[in-house]
Amino acid sequence: MIFNPLFRKGKLNIPTKPSKKRNRSYKIRGERATFALIFREGLINKLSQRVLKKNVRMRSILLIFSYIILTATVAVAHDHDGHEHDHATEQHEGHDHENGDHDHHHGGHDHGDHMACGHPTHHEFDAGATAFHHIADANVYSIGPWSFPLPCILYAPDGNGLQTFMSSKFGDRDTHGTGNKAYKGYVLDQGTVVRVKDNNFPQEQVDIAGIVHLQEKDAKGKEKNVPHVCYNDQLYKCDKKSTADAGLFGGGITSYYDLSITKNVLSMFIVCFLLGWLFLSVAKSYRNRRGQAPKGVQSLIESIVVFVRDECAKPFLGHKYMKFLPYLLAIFFFILGLNLWGQIPFLGGSNVTGNLGVTMVLAIIAFIVTNLNGNKHYWEHVFWMPGVPAWVKTIITPVEIAGLFIKPLTLMLRLFANITAGHMVIIIFVSLIFILGDVGNNAGVAWGTSIGSVLLTLFMMAIELLVAFIQAFVFTLLTASYIGAATEEAHH
Amino acid sequence: MIFLADFSVIKPDFGLIFWTTIAFGLFWLLMAKYAFRPIAEALKEREDDIQNSLDEAKKAREEMAKMKSEHENLLAQAREERSKILKEAKLVGDNMVSEAKAKAKEEANRIVATAKEQIENEKMAAMIDIKNTSGKMALDIAEKVIQKELASSKEHQSFVQKLVSEINLS
Repeated sequence: MIFNPLFRKGKLNIPTKPSKKRNRSYKIRGERATFALIFREGLINKLSQRVLKKNVRMRSILLIFSYIILTATVAVAHDHDGHEHDHATEQHEGHDHENGDHDHHHGGHDHGDHMACGHPTHHEFDAGATAFHHIADANVYSIGPWSFPLPCILYAPDGNGLQTFMSSKFGDRDTHGTGNKAYKGYVLDQGTVVRVKDNNFPQEQVDIAGIVHLQEKDAKGKEKNVPHVCYNDQLYKCDKKSTADAGLFGGGITSYYDLSITKNVLSMFIVCFLLGWLFLSVAKSYRNRRGQAPKGVQSLIESIVVFVRDECAKPFLGHKYMKFLPYLLAIFFFILGLNLWGQIPFLGGSNVTGNLGVTMVLAIIAFIVTNLNGNKHYWEHVFWMPGVPAWVKTIITPVEIAGLFIKPLTLMLRLFANITAGHMVIIIFVSLIFILGDVGNNAGVAWGTSIGSVLLTLFMMAIELLVAFIQAFVFTLLTASYIGAATEEAHH
Repeated sequence: MIFLADFSVIKPDFGLIFWTTIAFGLFWLLMAKYAFRPIAEALKEREDDIQNSLDEAKKAREEMAKMKSEHENLLAQAREERSKILKEAKLVGDNMVSEAKAKAKEEANRIVATAKEQIENEKMAAMIDIKNTSGKMALDIAEKVIQKELASSKEHQSFVQKLVSEINLS
């Protein structure tokens, strides 16, 4: 559902350049998705080897089937992307035709600034953008048609300092979570708080006409999608929140920090609370039933705990496993809980473990735990590998030092990529209905597609369930192996 | 109302980093203290218990086996002893029987011998008696004959006497 006046303008007047750019970005995105899918295939392969060891034929059929479906999906998405460019101006979306602004936009091809402040009605359906929106974090918690306000904690060092308020201050939200009010110089743009950079913008709660996104060139000449607030028929530029990627992925430090209890944070709290409640009750039954066989939920949890202990902790940590088992269990259940929470349909589908910030924290903690427990033997192997000639050491030492950081980096990226890809694939399957049904203009095809789409989504969700467990297990397993390598006793 | 074509999940958000650190940190510390460590320890304790019980059962089984073999040895010994005793008893019994038989035979022989001797004696006595009686009878007869002829002649009497003594009872 895209409305972008400048983009349309570009499309009409200078058709080649933006389209090329978009094609490239789709290509990159496609490659990213393909990479994630290939990685997923590898995992499925590994797992099915275990599960279906007895039935090789069934395994290969399953693999081929899943591969065809997954590649077909990507292909369809690509087709759609190309298609979309040809018909961008002809696609309509059914439900936003209020205020009579429809004609105004439909007719107007001369986009001035005043145009941007109108109510946009005219947009195409973009499956990729839809997916990006749905996996993103938000300052509201949306469940179906309902959305619940969340506490906002915002800090702008150069502006009004620390502000805390509920996101309901942003007024009523439209179907995409954009608020119709500004508060303390902040607005809610598609569920996310952004700050109006302009100091002339009022700090109290004011009604805004809308938010538009304009393509702008930044200092380096890169085109960026910048949200602008329409207030009093004037456009005010917005700043995105600060992110810790040092500009690597297009973020960086801006004028404010968002420490809000977002959808992801709330999901995390809920999951931690549920897990805490579960484990405290299980621990209690261990206390009360000392020396007896496990019973009820205790036996369920016990089998998982024993699995983590015997598959992750003991093989890598040996007799020292007791020291690290609580940590390993904590990461395993934290990741598993959040993976599964995101998989529950109609519960917001929060993509917590598919957010790089979350996996980054988990990876950094794994890094700290590993290296704080590194013994003399470990550091000797990192900095001055014994038993190799000195000139080889000059090569090995930088590699080993790089390896210290690459290990948590892969932990971070693997979990993030898998969970994000899973969420995106499901959204894209659902989007197929809109793509093939021509966004409601072709109801018959939409109904037909929905059958296939639901089946594919069902299949995908079954795989996601598997992936939820595998990724939690892999993260724990690798962390255990890193700790095991760091605490291994010398044996020469 | 364009959707941000923005892959925002790849940009680590300070708020999320902050709250994840707090949430996971608290989860880790509290769960480690109040759930994971007690559970892991309880599991270990139970497994040790089970291992100990198994070890004990194995030990008991071994002991039983040992005892059983001891028993069997004892039994075999007893059986051997019994057969030995039986054999001895039989031997003794046989000896006694043969001895008794020999004794009985001897006794019988003795009795028979005694009886024979007695019979001989009785026979002798009877012979003597017969001799005496028949002599007397003969004398009587002869007396009567002689009386008739000699009428008490001394000569006849001595003659007869002499004849009688000449009859040797052999």
